[in-house]
Amino acid sequence: MMRIKIILLIFLAIFLTISGFQLYQHRHYQLPIVAGPGVTRVVKLSHYLPALQGTMADTWVFFLEGKEQGGKVLILGNTHANEPEGMLATLVMIENGQVDRGTVIIIPQFNHSASRATRPGDGYPLFFEIPTGWGKKKFRMGNREASPLDQWPDPDVYIHYPERQLLSFLDARNVNRTWPGRPNGLPMEQVTYAAMELIRQEKVDLVIDIHGAETMFPVTNCIVAPEKSAKLATMVSLTVKAMEKFDNHVEPSPPKFRGLSHREIGDYSEAMPFLLEAPIPFLDQPTGPKTEKLLLDGRDPFLLRLARKNKLFVPYDETGWPIEKRVGQHLSVTLEILRQYSRRSPERSIILHHVPRYAEVVEKGVGFYFTDPSTVPPDRIYFN
Amino acid sequence: MFKIIMISYYLISAFIAAMVFWNFWLEKKKVDRMILYLLVLVPLILRLLRIK
Repeated sequence: MMRIKIILLIFLAIFLTISGFQLYQHRHYQLPIVAGPGVTRVVKLSHYLPALQGTMADTWVFFLEGKEQGGKVLILGNTHANEPEGMLATLVMIENGQVDRGTVIIIPQFNHSASRATRPGDGYPLFFEIPTGWGKKKFRMGNREASPLDQWPDPDVYIHYPERQLLSFLDARNVNRTWPGRPNGLPMEQVTYAAMELIRQEKVDLVIDIHGAETMFPVTNCIVAPEKSAKLATMVSLTVKAMEKFDNHVEPSPPKFRGLSHREIGDYSEAMPFLLEAPIPFLDQPTGPKTEKLLLDGRDPFLLRLARKNKLFVPYDETGWPIEKRVGQHLSVTLEILRQYSRRSPERSIILHHVPRYAEVVEKGVGFYFTDPSTVPPDRIYFN
Repeated sequence: MFKIIMISYYLISAFIAAMVFWNFWLEKKKVDRMILYLLVLVPLILRLLRIK
């Protein structure tokens, strides 16, 4: 019997080593972020709340400052780290954008802890790669919520602060439910509090939170805006439809659903928030295997069948929803928000150049806009 | 406060893992029970090692 026990323990050790090593590699992989010529200053989010210093929740904040004073915009990617189009759009801006007037502040991996978690039960790939002119750039595929290694245990019910609305227990680790946060709360509440402090201290005018949503979810392919941002969002939606030929309707931010960026940022600061959604078929439930290919090209035969039965909320055909379309949409909508705001408030205008729009990204691919980190001075590379 | 709760959960997990392993070690006859004890150990070990 002792021999059987030893054999079983050896099997357990082999199983733990193989699976554990992959998960360890995923959690500790460092993504090189190239600070482009427009980046003038880089700080950590803990600059605005020192309690975050040294934790997995801390993350880089990139400043692109113009020579002329103007307005300020904060752009967030990877609020949900399993919606990578937000992170990719912000990285394209960090590597290529140059500001003439005003300030663009970018946090490419807002929920840094979630970018180091995964869903093995859902068969998520641990990494995905974007082809570029110099090889493939490798990214961690994250999760919607922060890693339980960084915030655990979960409560039975998450009680939102300060509105005291009862939310799902999982939302305690979801930074799009913990706004406006509190300095002495759960780590994810501290993350959103630090961002609120950034918004207040830097006097940010606009906040753009970039996401992806299922094709079977009604709030997809849209700009979610509260009352104070609705007019601007409507102008943006009409303009991109007319000029760039893609749909991006406006969804009102529900006033009684608390904790979301598009609700709380508007209510707890002077800034105008916008939340952008692009369809990401990978997140839909009735798809084939959750592969890297599905994540990048968005093509799935089961969704195609559902589209033919009018069960989806977006147009869907054999071309799927490739990552280029999703990132391109986000970049165009972001640029259009800045343009419309600058027209409306010339004294607070923000002029951002060298960021590609929808048609260019669809034509050239996302990888075209990434620089080979080996060709850049080490002090221009930030590992996240 | 949050850190104290988190640390206490790690201590609880370590205690449960030790108990499960102790039961595995004491099992003298049934191999299926031994396998079940080890399966129960997997998530506890991964959490205690801060891997998953």
